[in-house]
Amino acid sequence: MEIDRVDGRTPNQLRPLACSRNILHRPHGSASWSQGDTKVLAAVYGPKAGTKKNENAEKACFEVIWKPKTGQIGKVEKECEMILKRTIQSICVLTVNPNTTTSVIIQVVHDDGSLLPCAINAACAALVDAGIPMKHLAVAICCCLADNGYVVLDPNKLEEKKMSAFAYLVFPNTTLSVLPEGSSVAEGEPVEHGIITSVTHGVMSVDDYFLCVENGHAATASLSAFFRKNFQQSQRDSSKAG
Amino acid sequence: MGLPDSSQDLSTEMEVDAFRRIFPLRFFERHLSESLRPDARPLGKARDTIVNPGLVSTADGSALAKIGSTTMLAAIRMEVMTPSTDSPDEGCIALEFHMPPICSPTVRPGRPADAAPVISKRLSDTILSSGMVDLKELCLVSGKAAWMGYLDIYCLNADGALFDAALLSAVAAFSNLEIPVVALNDNGRIVAISGGKDEDNASIIEKKAVNKEKRKLTLKNIPFSLTCILHKNYILADPTTEEESIMDTLVTVVLDASDQMVSLYKSGGTVLAYSSAVKSCVELARKRAKELKQILGEMDID
Repeated sequence: MEIDRVDGRTPNQLRPLACSRNILHRPHGSASWSQGDTKVLAAVYGPKAGTKKNENAEKACFEVIWKPKTGQIGKVEKECEMILKRTIQSICVLTVNPNTTTSVIIQVVHDDGSLLPCAINAACAALVDAGIPMKHLAVAICCCLADNGYVVLDPNKLEEKKMSAFAYLVFPNTTLSVLPEGSSVAEGEPVEHGIITSVTHGVMSVDDYFLCVENGHAATASLSAFFRKNFQQSQRDSSKAG
Repeated sequence: MGLPDSSQDLSTEMEVDAFRRIFPLRFFERHLSESLRPDARPLGKARDTIVNPGLVSTADGSALAKIGSTTMLAAIRMEVMTPSTDSPDEGCIALEFHMPPICSPTVRPGRPADAAPVISKRLSDTILSSGMVDLKELCLVSGKAAWMGYLDIYCLNADGALFDAALLSAVAAFSNLEIPVVALNDNGRIVAISGGKDEDNASIIEKKAVNKEKRKLTLKNIPFSLTCILHKNYILADPTTEEESIMDTLVTVVLDASDQMVSLYKSGGTVLAYSSAVKSCVELARKRAKELKQILGEMDID
């Protein structure tokens, strides 16, 4: 039985994606990312000299500031900051610029479901725009579980509230390489199937979780292709201008 | 990292403590290659866990949970409040996790620890989504009065696996909780009764199941959690602060009594989690849930 979604999408279909980079002039890198009506603006300043007090001075340090659309900063924002910070730390090459701090500022423009994945994607695009060295991108997707066991990708706010459980999953981006498949395998699985970050809400069975992860893999392929196309497009445009 | 040859020469001459401080990762990997950790635990084993209920006499429910050296004190205070209009039959639980400066040398007064609000939110999400406490049981008079439970968890000693210990202390505090007896007085307000005397004046409006005794909550689907570290091919269960600072990939699995997964939390980290690693973590969490269930069961009998 297929699920009927309010906006007529199939369960595996993502909302229309839009990404524009270099939209702000002061930050060293900036990007705006929208998935349907959810829109997030990310700005990157850095690297700046010096690290924070308890941080390791032999590595680059990241600081994330999350600004909600309305209201004061509370525990929800602190948790999002921590998750984003740790995700960024795991994808960036920390040894290139030791003893520096890079600030990533996230401004929520509109929240219509799947906010944290949208912010992670926006932060990656902004980091690329700023030229921060990274190992790979972090591609984030929200998978939720409907009552009848179906996995639905990229829900909007109403769907998120109705669902019994949902998971935010972040994977490395899929690689496009000339070398044959066998060279990018770790533990019998392709490298892009490793989970960078996973945050779940609601109760689900362990098998359902793995089902969400599988569906997430399929979505990362299309998201990675979108990232690649978007970056190549702007590269072509800037090389024409310069 | 330093020249590998020079550290090898130094290691034969250096004291163990110095080696542990200067080359921490190498120190740990030496142990991991023998499938042990510096405190002689096998990789998949959690530290000794103790739960002591009812320590705080002024609170309606309390518990102290110790996992190794990590110590958490949870206390619940119940107050009567008016329920909200969208859920007139439900009470409410407000959870706060505190990390006072006593718990760790990195926490200073006046500046809240980074981890505190994050753990606080994760705990309240986990407890509410697991459905352990049925909020309808906290209702007194539909639409007019319901219980609000203020659950405060204090970290007294932070030695790794803070979320696990905090969740355990919260669960133990809830099972130790005795809801105070109240009565509806003539003005229509809820008044607390301390001794159970003076029943002629007050008409007691409570659920039919309990009359004059203090009431215990029925807890279903109790969540149990286990934090693991992923490092290369190794999976270490229940890390200490030292291990957490050296190896940064932590995975927390929360399972409930019916083997459903309440939460799988992995927040970044240098190691990517493949499905084999996730499955092993879930297995370790299952074993740990059985151990914790037994410990809580023994606590109730006492």
